Amino acid sequence: MARYDSLLDACGGTPLVGLPRLSPTAPEGAPPVRLWAKLEDRNPTGSIKDRAALFMVRAAEEAGQLRPGDTILEPTSGNTGISLAMVAKLRGYRLVCVMPENVSTERVQLLRMYGAEIIFSPAAGGSNQAVATAKQIAAEHPDWVMLYQYGNEANARAHYETTGPELLHDLPTITHFVAGLGTTGTLMGTGRYLREKVEGVQVVAAEPRYGELVYGLRNIDEGYVPELYDATVLSRRFSVGTRDAVLRTRQLVEVEGIFAGFSTGAILHAALAVAHEAVRAGRRADVAFVVADGGWKYLSTGAYGGTLADAEEALDGQLWA
Amino acid sequence: MAIEVRIPTILRSYTGGAKVVEGAGDTLGELLTDLDSRHGGLKGRLVTEAGALHRFVNVYVNDEDVRFLGALDAKLNDGDSITILPAVAGGAFGFAAAAAIGSHKLSTVVESGHPVPDVAR
Ligand SMILES: Cc1ncc(COP(=O)(O)O)c(C=O)c1O
Repeated sequence: MARYDSLLDACGGTPLVGLPRLSPTAPEGAPPVRLWAKLEDRNPTGSIKDRAALFMVRAAEEAGQLRPGDTILEPTSGNTGISLAMVAKLRGYRLVCVMPENVSTERVQLLRMYGAEIIFSPAAGGSNQAVATAKQIAAEHPDWVMLYQYGNEANARAHYETTGPELLHDLPTITHFVAGLGTTGTLMGTGRYLREKVEGVQVVAAEPRYGELVYGLRNIDEGYVPELYDATVLSRRFSVGTRDAVLRTRQLVEVEGIFAGFSTGAILHAALAVAHEAVRAGRRADVAFVVADGGWKYLSTGAYGGTLADAEEALDGQLWA
Repeated sequence: MAIEVRIPTILRSYTGGAKVVEGAGDTLGELLTDLDSRHGGLKGRLVTEAGALHRFVNVYVNDEDVRFLGALDAKLNDGDSITILPAVAGGAFGFAAAAAIGSHKLSTVVESGHPVPDVAR
């Protein structure tokens, strides 16, 4: 289908494309191992987060928690804010985003263009500072509605009801699903759906490993695990460093012509790891992974050019996913 | 046998400020015991009294989360690289800030102790 009543109706239904050049070659006579990319940059605002934003707003409307003209408050370092800004505009809400100042300028420009208001929290001090800033804002505006994507079941449900069924429809022989781990919504929703339908399917998480600033807690007990996270949905979980993520992001555009953001590079790194393991084990594999967004919003980092060491330095201290 | 272990900023008080230390052991549990003999107190920050990995600690063996490899019983090999990190959600920022706001007005407290607004349940 290519005709929709509105932009919101055009959310999801993204293409799944094979990667014949990046897929590892299995030896003569051995079963094939194939990589497939789910192009989530083909959503209305260009990221997988449109699915979650749409489902969370709808759920809040249905529960009577959002009424026309209300203000939505969302602390976000990027894509969720952009998606919510679009949904809020089309459904008549005001959006205020709280963001750390160390995000790329494209994200700030995009949010402003969609009509969102932005409150910056200082990069120094990491999450502790973000907590302080957010608390202050909430105290001043008790009537603002926060959708809280880290604990909002509609975030995971978006993927249970859309991403999962789309994948199974397009790739009934799927053996592995690989995606990024942020709020965990993508992996929890898609992972649960696939586990119910596909015997033995492997659900693989790739999380970005940032510079030290991001882990600057004062104490281990200040750590966070999103409420949505249920480790039993996952089969494996990889931590991918900046250098590997950049290398794979570049490889994806050089070899297969897919221009993606750096979180996709991290996801591809994990996807290649499981694909190569399958080749070594002589097992058939259809590995589907998520292209979470395009590379446009990250061009200003300069990390698409120069040496890997330069790129690593350029991204140090940035939230690149 | 030597296994390289990366220590996060908040735990470097136990390693005299060192970012990377070396240890030995056939399993992660043995490695942590070995490290604790030279960096007293470190193991207690990573492992609970009940003998499980602390909820807010993530340990990776060659970039893979050890909880999916047998946790403290995960087998280690010479030349493995271990990374210890505090658990922070996808960049930490959004979650930390959201949790803080949640506790203020819009929320009720769920079991995990983290506050979430009604719509989140
Ligand atoms: C670019 C990008 N990749 C991956 C993720 C992780 O997805 P999720 O929040 O569903 O775990 C996000 C969002 O957090 C994202 O913006």
